[in-house]
Amino acid sequence: MQFALTEDQAMLAQTATAFVAEHSPLTRIRALRDAGDELCYSPALFGQMAELGWTAIPFAEADGGLAMGLSEAIIVTEALGRGLCPEPVLSSIMGGAQALALAGTPAQKNTWLAPAIAGEKTIALAYQERGGRFSTAAEGTRAERSGSGYKLAGEKTIVLGGAGADVYVVSAQLADGLGLFLVPAGASGLTVTPQKLVDGRNAAVLALSDVQVGEDALVGTPGGGLELLDDVLDRATVALCGEMLGGMQVAFDMTLAYLKERKQFDVHIGSFQGLQHRAAKMYIEVELARSATMAAARAIDEQNPQAKALVSNAKARCSDAYILIANEAVQMHGGIGMTDEHDIGFFIKRARAAEMTYGDAAYHRDRFARLSGY
Amino acid sequence: MGDLEAFRADVRAWLEQNAPKSLQGQLGQESVYWGGRNPTTASPESKDFCEMCAEKGWTAPTWPKEYGGGGLGQAEERVLQQELARLRLPPPLTGFGLQMIGPTLLQFGTEAQKQEHLTKITRGEIRWCQGYSEPNAGSDLASLATAAVLEGDEYVLNGQKIWTSYGDVSDWMFVLVRTDPDVKKQKGITFLLIDMDQPGVEVRPIKLISGFSPFCETFFTNARAKTKDVISGVNQGWTVAKALLGHERTMIANVFGSAGGRGRSQGENPAVALAKRYVGTDETGQLKDRVLRDQVTRVTMDTLSFNQTVQRNADNIKAGHRPGPESSIFKVYGTELNQRREELMLALRGPQALGWEGPGFEPAELAQTRSWLRSRGNTIEGGTSEVQLNIIAKRVLELPEQ
Repeated sequence: MQFALTEDQAMLAQTATAFVAEHSPLTRIRALRDAGDELCYSPALFGQMAELGWTAIPFAEADGGLAMGLSEAIIVTEALGRGLCPEPVLSSIMGGAQALALAGTPAQKNTWLAPAIAGEKTIALAYQERGGRFSTAAEGTRAERSGSGYKLAGEKTIVLGGAGADVYVVSAQLADGLGLFLVPAGASGLTVTPQKLVDGRNAAVLALSDVQVGEDALVGTPGGGLELLDDVLDRATVALCGEMLGGMQVAFDMTLAYLKERKQFDVHIGSFQGLQHRAAKMYIEVELARSATMAAARAIDEQNPQAKALVSNAKARCSDAYILIANEAVQMHGGIGMTDEHDIGFFIKRARAAEMTYGDAAYHRDRFARLSGY
Repeated sequence: MGDLEAFRADVRAWLEQNAPKSLQGQLGQESVYWGGRNPTTASPESKDFCEMCAEKGWTAPTWPKEYGGGGLGQAEERVLQQELARLRLPPPLTGFGLQMIGPTLLQFGTEAQKQEHLTKITRGEIRWCQGYSEPNAGSDLASLATAAVLEGDEYVLNGQKIWTSYGDVSDWMFVLVRTDPDVKKQKGITFLLIDMDQPGVEVRPIKLISGFSPFCETFFTNARAKTKDVISGVNQGWTVAKALLGHERTMIANVFGSAGGRGRSQGENPAVALAKRYVGTDETGQLKDRVLRDQVTRVTMDTLSFNQTVQRNADNIKAGHRPGPESSIFKVYGTELNQRREELMLALRGPQALGWEGPGFEPAELAQTRSWLRSRGNTIEGGTSEVQLNIIAKRVLELPEQ
């Protein structure tokens, strides 16, 4: 495992960070929220990201990708995290599309993956159910054989990128285990209801009322869905950790700037030891989160047998660190930090939402322990 | 890569042929050789192994050959360490000579000083100790008061040092002395080397809460040091002192960083092994106590990410990047992590961690009690955690002066 960035990676980081700084100031995030639009992101900007090649990074050349890995994907998602960009790189490219990249047939890839990489369509991953916390078991969604295909019934919630998605990768219980199914938007019996989340991101409830899909809707093998979903979520989780790094770094930087600028008792509040030591501890947590995320990305790229445990380590770490930074950021900003007018509030909301996406810290510590055999 | 593998083959063959069999499988701290005029090691083979390795330059692999080093690069040093670990051999030599004053002399010493002192370090002939802290100069080290007055080609020292690690078994001390009391405190300090084998130097061990005495008090009463043993000029000692503290913090971080990592890479996590035995598992093999299970995981994960950060820093340096500010976190985080690890071990053993000596407790249990108590010093020695956080706040985060 090599942690130092290659020249290409360093250049990607530079261009991605610069692009986000130029095209996605926090005023854009505020405007998106205030507009209350269901999509919650800019399709035009997403198209530009696809033109830059960001949506092609973690896919094989045969699929129209750039054949790079998670090590590069986290560089892009970190840049997105810095600007709190809600474009569906995470939900579609690093979410639903990963199921097709790992197990899709050539026909499935042609129909859905190629246009997703081109930024023309989006693929949402629908696995979470109300009351199921972070379970991947899909206990409330059934798939029964029906004609030459399957009939799906059940409900999914907080389907990220679900409002306006072109197709959904839906997990459902088969007689012999879990299956993942492609369900196109507009399918008969499918109702998509947009949800409003604390962080203003795109999400939806999916109600499946005997939705008929063909044999060719199954991604991977019948009964192999649980393992496939686990692999998809590992990738999505690492990409999310990258995003969280970008967000916590900016929230921390904003807080440091405030400590150096705000005066009380005739001195800069950053001169108080009580705040200095807390800032130093925040810095330590950001650095450890960065190492953990880089290690998890490299482990997946290198097919390291420890990869799954390293992913859980990264997600637990990033969850705790982002929340620490966001909480302290609001506290250290004082009264202004509580106001909607100040941008720091966007970070505490995003920190919580990111924490609760793909398993929180407690979930991943438990998973780490299980994977480690205790 | 071919050269490196050839080097590995040579090292492996040489170690298999020459390393004393009695040392193999002896990775524990107690089998490490510290050298000195009167070595304290239990095993004579340790001394033999040190001398054999010193001939090849392997006690200080990356130092220049002319000073007894191996002239090797970092990649080769890593191969050497891996091959030692493969046979579960201890490092051939350790101590503050190799880890603190040696690197400092390489950076600041004159040619004559390097010639005189470095080879004696690499051969394990002289054991060094550190004379920094004083009863009234702890975190505020620059306020030190031990006086050194010039008399011909000698300095005459009077005063007291404290927390001298292994002072009672060391031969020479690198010591900070006050050579000018009338200037800003940092400007009147000189970095000096002194032979401790003289009547004006008295060393008394200090008994700690752990019952052990790894530290001493050192009293100077008209003790004498040579002017040729001043490093980097009279009243210029503060710069040298800070550079050496950097080496010390690297050393401390390495010790605490590897402690958990070694367990992980070479078999079962020690905390898990302990938990399975003392806490027990349910029918699925999971630890019965869910709270302790979570605590085990937290310490394991923190160790993992700490080691990842140590490796990231090393990779960045190897790749030719400037050492990142992340290295400043190693001392404070590594030591606090070690304390949490020790507390976890106590929690896992439960009441069996209460033994001091005698019946009813296994030797490992008694050792646990002591090592927990010893670990409380980790965040004090070598710069308190509070001082480390001040350093991060000031130098890395560039927050305003207090």
